[in-house]
Amino acid sequence: MRIEAKFKWLPTPLRSLLLFLVWLLLNNSVSAGHIVLAVILAIVIPLATSPFRTKQPLILKPGLALRHLMLVLYDIITANVQVAILILGPNNKLTPGFVKVPLDLTQSLPITILASTVSLTPGTVSAEVYPWAESLTEGEEPEERFLLIHVLDLKDEQALINTIKQRYEAPLKEIFQC
Amino acid sequence: MLETVILIVFAMIGVSLLLNIWRLLIGPSVPDRILALDTMYINTIALIILYGMSSGTTLYFEAALLIAMLGFVSTVAVCKYLLRGDIIE
Amino acid sequence: MTEWIISILLLIGGSFVLVGSIGLVKMPDFYMRLHGPTKATTLGMASLLTAAMVFFSTTQAGFSVKEILISLFLLLTAPVSGYMMIKSAIHHKLESIERTQGKDNIEDDV
Repeated sequence: MRIEAKFKWLPTPLRSLLLFLVWLLLNNSVSAGHIVLAVILAIVIPLATSPFRTKQPLILKPGLALRHLMLVLYDIITANVQVAILILGPNNKLTPGFVKVPLDLTQSLPITILASTVSLTPGTVSAEVYPWAESLTEGEEPEERFLLIHVLDLKDEQALINTIKQRYEAPLKEIFQC
Repeated sequence: MLETVILIVFAMIGVSLLLNIWRLLIGPSVPDRILALDTMYINTIALIILYGMSSGTTLYFEAALLIAMLGFVSTVAVCKYLLRGDIIE
Repeated sequence: MTEWIISILLLIGGSFVLVGSIGLVKMPDFYMRLHGPTKATTLGMASLLTAAMVFFSTTQAGFSVKEILISLFLLLTAPVSGYMMIKSAIHHKLESIERTQGKDNIEDDV
């Protein structure tokens, strides 16, 4: 796991790229003037905000991250169709449930990404990360973390946990190398 | 043909806005009402984009982006208030 | 041809938004209601915005890409607001329907 970027003047390379792209998309043009302005903004904003930024791990394998993004997008489309069918079907057949998924990730950024992907994929919404951050003293590391999720139609608890761990958590561990 | 389809989709979004208002009125709890409001924000964005398409101007996308941002921030602020009784601690 | 693509995308988007709202009204408890709006509407809005993008790219001069920004924003914020809402629902100890499994997995908050 690496936290600092290679160059001092570019603390968060991916965020700079995002700012650059968002500025061009907002103005809907690729003229020279807008590109210069976008480059200036992409360098100045991360530098100006770096003093009050909490350090987060960097993405170390961009290729794998791109592939994971494609997989998640594909899953979002299938998930939406599945949930639409479940919603239109009869209510009595649904068996909702709360499931606790043990986490191997420790950093907050990977956990946030995992919780968001779980919220966007088939019939699950992430609800809580245990143990409570407020119940821990400053600097203390909990032995084990859990993600509480609500499932719309729970059939096999163990199979669901295995899917989440293999399909979504394992690539994240590799991307952030932690 | 496109005008007819846009009218049909207008009707669909209108019906879903009415359903959201129904949930907003009957509750029963506060988070239910917040959820209904959040869904109404998203449906309003859809309505604005459809109106922009039927009148043929891209001017409304700015408004749609602003409504999306305001909707997200207000949902999070109200939820935070419910959680802690304070928006910024 | 493009008219057909736009019409199909619009109809798909409109029906997903409608399904999300139907789920909001039809489901028996809050936790199940949350599934409709957070998921069904993201894809609905994405296809509506894609339809708008195709429409303005073909009817007007130039390429329109601002819609991508709106759909990305909605895609990023939907799980966050869903998380905040379910967190406040758990904090207020909202009742879930009786056949919900694993209710004891919820821990009391501080």
